[in-house]
Amino acid sequence: MNAFLAVIGRDLRLALRQRSDVALVVMFFVLTGAMFPLAVGPEPNLLARIAPGVTAVAALLAVLLSLERLFLADYEDGNLELLALAALPLELVALAKVAAHWLTTGLPLVIAAPVIALLYDMPADGLAVTLLALALATPSLSLIGAVGAALTLGARRGGVLIPLLVLPLYVPILIFAVSAIDAELAGLTALPNLLLLAAILAFALPFTPIAAAAALRQALT
Amino acid sequence: MTMHRFANPGRFMRFADRALPWTLGAMVLCLGAGLYLGLFVAPPDYQQGESVRIMYVHVPSAWMALFVYTNIALASAASLIWRHPLADLVAKASSPIGAGFTFLALATGSLWGKPMWGTWWVWDARLTSVLVLFFLYLGHMALMNAFDDQARGRKAAAILALVGFVNVPIIKFSVDWWNTLHQPASVLRLDGPTIHSSMLWPLLLMALGFTFYYVTLLFIRVKSDLLAARARALEVAALQAGE
Repeated sequence: MNAFLAVIGRDLRLALRQRSDVALVVMFFVLTGAMFPLAVGPEPNLLARIAPGVTAVAALLAVLLSLERLFLADYEDGNLELLALAALPLELVALAKVAAHWLTTGLPLVIAAPVIALLYDMPADGLAVTLLALALATPSLSLIGAVGAALTLGARRGGVLIPLLVLPLYVPILIFAVSAIDAELAGLTALPNLLLLAAILAFALPFTPIAAAAALRQALT
Repeated sequence: MTMHRFANPGRFMRFADRALPWTLGAMVLCLGAGLYLGLFVAPPDYQQGESVRIMYVHVPSAWMALFVYTNIALASAASLIWRHPLADLVAKASSPIGAGFTFLALATGSLWGKPMWGTWWVWDARLTSVLVLFFLYLGHMALMNAFDDQARGRKAAAILALVGFVNVPIIKFSVDWWNTLHQPASVLRLDGPTIHSSMLWPLLLMALGFTFYYVTLLFIRVKSDLLAARARALEVAALQAGE
């Protein structure tokens, strides 16, 4: 457990020393969200209709953008090999790095989501469900994304490859997150879709670190 | 286990050489009979008229899209667990064939959807999940070729294939779980098929023909991969001898 926390702490310290990286992801999220009213026009009814989808897609793209650096720096400077040699199983190393990734990417996005809700004039009860849906969705995005990031280590143009591998697997998360917010805004219950998001997270949490660790082992041999 | 007998490439090549004429003949027979029965003998549908005949290509393609992906996942598991040397080649050779079947299912479905639903495409659960399967095939192929070291690409693609396998049950049951425009299953059901035998027979023959087509192509592609590897080895040996 100590080693697990140490890996998380190390990644968090590294992220805090380069704070601009975290700020960049949040800025990308808000800027992407601000592009849509400019593109489709400022009509309030239309904006209210597309707000849930835009929030979810912008969050998904922001996470996607940050995936490449998840293992790459450690892979290039040899730290990953040392981590693989440590007593901590590689699966838990992967999980710790995903946890750090979520704390530096997913959590800031959840905190920044009210800004987008404000831009789109979303009602308050819709905002609560948006935050809940994002809080359940972003850990799954980090977990599944870690598999893609690990698989493309050492590939030619790995950064372009990650979206191709990961986006198809993100589709259910996107659908259920948007459906949850849509249902709440339409006056229905968001609970079934939130439960489905939680189910995806419960499924991804034990299995994706195994796949990511297998991919890391391939990359290190 | 018989699986491990064919780990020897030479033995596999001899087996493939002997089996190829048979699978090829079976493919021609099944596809010929299936197309004849489907296009000329089977009755038109009472609602859909003659356009129902698209089914004889569409449904087998969709089955094959799932079957080939399942095969890739099994081969990938065999490659990761037993380091079976041919399993990697089977997965590599299957991927473009499966992508072709998936594309065929999507394209014929689109052609069928225009007269029946009035639109080329709807974002319902079945269509979307098959589109995701198509992207998974593309990702599998891209990852396979993304590394300078071929063996590394195959291992990475094997892990991706196993992760992507979660989509297969979602596709199969998407029409049962969600209320979709795409009709529910009428052949592979627990309570037996709800389709008349005059339409079921050509459909099954076409499915069998498609399967033999896949097996034939798989043998040819794996064989050519093995031969290419052997040619490369000979080239390297000749270069070293010349030094």
